[in-house]
Amino acid sequence: MIEDIAEKVYAGERIGVDDARRLYAHPNLAELGMLAHWVRLQRHPEPIVTYNIGRNINYTNVCWVKCDFCAFYRKPGSDEGYVLPNEQIFAKIDELVAFGGEEPKSCEILMQGGLNPKLRLDYYEDLLSSIRERYPQVQAHCLSATEIIYIAHLSKLSLEETIRRLHEAGLDSIPGAGAEILVDAVRDIIGFRKDRTQEWLDVHRIAHALGMRTTATMMYGHVETIDQRIEHLQLLRDLQDEKGGFTAFITWNFQPDHTDLGADGKRWNGAKATGFDHLRTVAIARLFLDNIDHFQASWVTQGPKIAQVSLRYGIDDFGSTMLEENVVSAAGTSHLGEMTLDTMERLIRDAGFEPKRRDTRYRRVGAPTIHPPQSEVALS
Amino acid sequence: MVFDAIIERAGLADIHDKVRSGERLSTDDGLRLYASDDLPILGYLANIVRERLSADATYYVRNQHINYTNVCNKLCKFCSFYVKPKDERGYVLDPEQVAQRVRDYAEMPITEIHMVGGVNPKLPYNYYIDVLSAMKEARPEAHLKAFTMIEVAQIQRIANKPLEEVFADMKAAGLESLPGGGAEVFSDRVQGDLFWTKADSEDWLHIAATAHRSGLPSNATMLYGHIENTEEKVYHLTRLREVQDETNGFLAYIPLSFHPERTELEDLPGPTGCLDLKEIAVGRLMLDNFPHVKTFWIMNTIEISQTALWYGADDIDGTVMDYEITRRSFDETEQRLSQREFLDRIVEAGRRPVERDSLYNLVGDSALAAAGG
Repeated sequence: MIEDIAEKVYAGERIGVDDARRLYAHPNLAELGMLAHWVRLQRHPEPIVTYNIGRNINYTNVCWVKCDFCAFYRKPGSDEGYVLPNEQIFAKIDELVAFGGEEPKSCEILMQGGLNPKLRLDYYEDLLSSIRERYPQVQAHCLSATEIIYIAHLSKLSLEETIRRLHEAGLDSIPGAGAEILVDAVRDIIGFRKDRTQEWLDVHRIAHALGMRTTATMMYGHVETIDQRIEHLQLLRDLQDEKGGFTAFITWNFQPDHTDLGADGKRWNGAKATGFDHLRTVAIARLFLDNIDHFQASWVTQGPKIAQVSLRYGIDDFGSTMLEENVVSAAGTSHLGEMTLDTMERLIRDAGFEPKRRDTRYRRVGAPTIHPPQSEVALS
Repeated sequence: MVFDAIIERAGLADIHDKVRSGERLSTDDGLRLYASDDLPILGYLANIVRERLSADATYYVRNQHINYTNVCNKLCKFCSFYVKPKDERGYVLDPEQVAQRVRDYAEMPITEIHMVGGVNPKLPYNYYIDVLSAMKEARPEAHLKAFTMIEVAQIQRIANKPLEEVFADMKAAGLESLPGGGAEVFSDRVQGDLFWTKADSEDWLHIAATAHRSGLPSNATMLYGHIENTEEKVYHLTRLREVQDETNGFLAYIPLSFHPERTELEDLPGPTGCLDLKEIAVGRLMLDNFPHVKTFWIMNTIEISQTALWYGADDIDGTVMDYEITRRSFDETEQRLSQREFLDRIVEAGRRPVERDSLYNLVGDSALAAAGG
């Protein structure tokens, strides 16, 4: 049924939008896995799965955007809103580097927050430059397109000027968060105050032009159709053809607990996307995104079993050890405490691969001598 | 063919040929399948057998589980359910209480009652016969599936008569088939460490074969993911296959994913998702004479079980309503899945849900659809 697509994949030819549609309609999961792993082996023939030592830091939870799929934010003025003092951020980084070691740029901090109207460009420049000064071993993989657009807006600067100044201050690379589904009709339903499709793409295009690397993401399993998922992948592939600055693709499904969208039966059908859908989606993404090198597992949302199996569906990287994660966890995902580096390494080995540590740019770095404890949700 | 080429590059072309031609796999083939890390290839191969036997059907049964006692003198290290005789937490449901459990579900559209329990040395032979009769009387149309081979060994001991007579008594009281639990792993080494007081492998197989010859079909299980090794698992599957050649009494093979929580083996990490799927696939490939392979989602997780429908499983045991043995080691919420959600999962995986009875006859709408109505 998909033999012609399989022939293209096997020959290293690009597949089209219509092929992706047919792959989504093809239920034989094992066949999708075989093809996705084939592509993965052409790119990464060594039986290795990488991971990185990192931590998510959420500098503020104050956000006026009120996305209906988010359970993390607090409105401006809320008693539960916070902005972490720099000293507290440094303390978190101290904990990270205690495990991550001293190699330059080997420890990743993924620092993101809400769209807080009180924080201007100078706040970020100050924070990023002091992190760069204090911690040469840290890669600041921070902010998101959404935050950057807002900072530019508040500071009345162009996107390019804003990104350049952030980069000069110490922003090393930008995570792909906020992409959700890059179709405005979907964004209108799930988070209508958020940036538009073209704005998200522009931030990444400009960052790539400045020589920065970013990642690409997709959050599926809410109100989008399969065609819209494919449209999203097509936009990512086009931009990657143009600029080549995406290092990795990460996809996960909408986590509905404690979110407005999850509670709204009119917009959301109540069926959380399954592990079956996840494996199918990562395999098709690997087949379609033939110009992106690395695919990360999403163990926080999928749990250890499906995350491990995904290593046979085109995934070559287990993602971050995530010493701390708060955003997905706020929406009820419970897999955070299940993962330690020891568990991660065991899952990778059991799937038939050797675990190797990498940095944010996917360069190999020495494994940590002391293993970090299991991940947690921060109390502050 | 691209898939042929990928399988050939993985070094499994000869096994692929055998699977396609329906040739029996050898012990060595079994070892090679277990040694392979190419999980989707294992699924692909197992799916050839699965679709040959069941096409796109995924069977499920609506059943009620009853655990008549938690008292057990077997002290198996992998069990979190049992309490020792004399423990104050021990319970025994008398025949009337068991019948009441059955009547409690009178409004539910179930077709099967699945009853197992500990090996409780205090219970007399009549107790077992009376429990069966009481259940049959409470719900005559439900199929009674009860007692693992391990419990049967104990029942025969106190009955002090030949197995054939014990099975004849049980059949007369309403028993219609046996579940396949208690097989664990057919290995003296594993048994010596984990379940040394239980009936050994050959006893288990002998009791199963005798049940089959007495007109009582059964399932067969294997508990994996503890201290067993690959050779022991291949031996286990091979012995099941040999007995099935003789009796043809096994309905389904059910690999059981070990859960270490709250057992004496809780320091073990437990099986991974890759192993769960591999066990389904290798079981399907080696047990060429078993009509069905079942994934038990309570232990596999629903995510793995749904995926297993492309790894050789044609049956999901999932509409379990009351299951005390695993509830002891699981969060309760993990066991709940609505009928709707369960059927949606099967459909999403591109399979056709088929409600069956205990003997794989079609039930309800499934039977109507098959009749074209």
